[in-house]
Amino acid sequence: MAATLPASHYDRDKMSRSEPAGRPREPRRSSPWADTVFSVLTHGAAVVTLLLLAGIIVSLLIGAAPSIKEYGLSFLWTSDWDPVQNKFGGLVMVYGTLMTSFIALLIAVPVSFGIALFLTELSPNWLRRPLGIAVELLAAVPSIVYGMWGLLVFSPVLATYVQQPLQKLFDGVPVLSGLVSGAPVGIGILSAGIILAIMIIPFIASVMRDVFAVTPPMLKESSYALGATTWEVVFKVVLPYTKTGVIGGIMLGLGRALGETMAVTFVIGNFNQLDSLSLFQAANSISSALANEFAEAGEGLHQASLIYLGLVLFFITFVVLSLSRLLLARLKKNEGARA
Amino acid sequence: MKTNFPLIRAAAVVAMTASAGVAMAQDVTGAGASFPAPLYAKWADLYNKASGARINYQSVGSGAGIKQIRAKTVDFGASDAPLKDDELAKDGLVQFPMVIGGVIPVVNIKGIAPGQIKLTGQVLGDIYLGKITKWNDAALTALNPGVPLPDAAISVVRRADGSGTSFIFTNYLSKVNAEWKAKVGEGTAVNWPTGAGGKGNEGVSAFVQRLPNSIGYVEYAYVKQNKMTYALLKNKDGAFAAPDDAAFKAAAAGAEWSKSFYQVLTEQPGKESWPITGATFIIMHKTQDKPASAAAALKFFEWAYGNGDKAATDLEYVALPDSVKSLVRKQWGEIKDSSGKAIAYK
Repeated sequence: MAATLPASHYDRDKMSRSEPAGRPREPRRSSPWADTVFSVLTHGAAVVTLLLLAGIIVSLLIGAAPSIKEYGLSFLWTSDWDPVQNKFGGLVMVYGTLMTSFIALLIAVPVSFGIALFLTELSPNWLRRPLGIAVELLAAVPSIVYGMWGLLVFSPVLATYVQQPLQKLFDGVPVLSGLVSGAPVGIGILSAGIILAIMIIPFIASVMRDVFAVTPPMLKESSYALGATTWEVVFKVVLPYTKTGVIGGIMLGLGRALGETMAVTFVIGNFNQLDSLSLFQAANSISSALANEFAEAGEGLHQASLIYLGLVLFFITFVVLSLSRLLLARLKKNEGARA
Repeated sequence: MKTNFPLIRAAAVVAMTASAGVAMAQDVTGAGASFPAPLYAKWADLYNKASGARINYQSVGSGAGIKQIRAKTVDFGASDAPLKDDELAKDGLVQFPMVIGGVIPVVNIKGIAPGQIKLTGQVLGDIYLGKITKWNDAALTALNPGVPLPDAAISVVRRADGSGTSFIFTNYLSKVNAEWKAKVGEGTAVNWPTGAGGKGNEGVSAFVQRLPNSIGYVEYAYVKQNKMTYALLKNKDGAFAAPDDAAFKAAAAGAEWSKSFYQVLTEQPGKESWPITGATFIIMHKTQDKPASAAAALKFFEWAYGNGDKAATDLEYVALPDSVKSLVRKQWGEIKDSSGKAIAYK
């Protein structure tokens, strides 16, 4: 109702104030400590989360200390991983983690963009809900299922119908033949990247769909009214308006791809040598190395180096996720400014 | 209120005796190697039916098992790789073998039947070093005259996770291939020069069955269950042995158990003996803070030695020869409580 009143009536200083009549209501006395207890509990929960985070960092640091002392930062660019000689370097795993995640993003971002675009702009109404739910359901498939599928179904297909034709095609071409070299087994960096892409598409697509949906219809319809095509509306109106949110969604997907373990273990080949940059080369990722080697790692440098790898992964994921949070927070602020 | 006290006390006494009663049928916890885990679980189940005692075995991996027994969080540890005698002495531990298994090279080549292809340790090592890369390499065709080996790249498959199986396999390669020993060495996890890594025996067998022209190594049970194409291996006596129970037993019989239980049963003498054989071990503390648990654990092992052979054979493990069992029983006498009295388990 207030909004319909003329502005002048809503003048605070001129409004008459009524004195409160009677005595103020008695505060409830039944359990005056209930609020305190509640507040202590909720504060406690918040503090525990922070303490846990700090605890994880500290215990990782302590666990990794022997390896940090031994190798320092050179751990990040040496590629020996030899438990027998007790020599460790994390380059292979760090490279594998970053490369597979990069490939995953390269595939997942355009596909998710298409899904989100279709769902918000082009899809007929009756299809919108079932399709949206189907995409979200993909996120609920356990990662080991993707791993098994990748190993048993997908990688043979990749080897027979992609790698071997590419090897024939690029035979003798300097750089490209190197990129597709290796035994035609279909496991390695590329298949891990593709499996990861399938796994993170639902995350990125649903964030994108949600931020596309917050674009004010007025903006979109104005540009349609000016004769813009759907393509122009999306690229010149929707995307600029939502770009921080879109990037935030991509970062969430990246965070997931960086830490994914089971599915990657199945298809990456778990190979700790960096002797070629082939996309079909078996490689290793940080989380996969941890999953495979931790149980049997003897105390000392091997275990410490694995924990060091964990610390590196923690750091990478932490940076990625904080970036995404920052971007998402900025989006929310800008929403008000632009609407 | 006062009149209630005796009742409460009575209830408490009942409760205490009840819990003491549970404690009497001691629960035993163990942790370690995953290779013998199916057998230990089966034994625990049978033993529970026979005696009422419960054995908890966590299959967490040999390395973790050794860590846990060192920290005394479990009553016994289990490992596929034996600890060296000086390591045992340092922590006041004893180890003894429980059951035997074999590690088998398996291949997937079209048109090759199980047992049709012959390998030597030298050639197997060279394949895993990445020196022999084709199935029709001269070294392979010389060993296998008349076998239709294809002109195809060898896809090498090995374990990705640290494992006792890898330990036995790399220990064998180190004994028979000098270059392997110098470049790679032996261990539960090594710096593999080539090949794709599968997780667990099931991962390796899945890879080998899926990849054409591949070679891998798995525990014997996986060869039998999945009907995989195994290779024959030349043993120390120069004969090409086939992997079966008798061949593993022959390898175990040849070892000098009386000297030490640190025996990796690879490359053992004997015409029949399978060269990549290994025992899996139980590790316990020499001096027991909790003699009751130790006694319960030893009772379980004694029962398994006496009654567990059939279950072992059913699950494709090989029981220890009786001569080895009696040596182990002798060693159990060394497990004592804190006052120095031997733990009674009979």
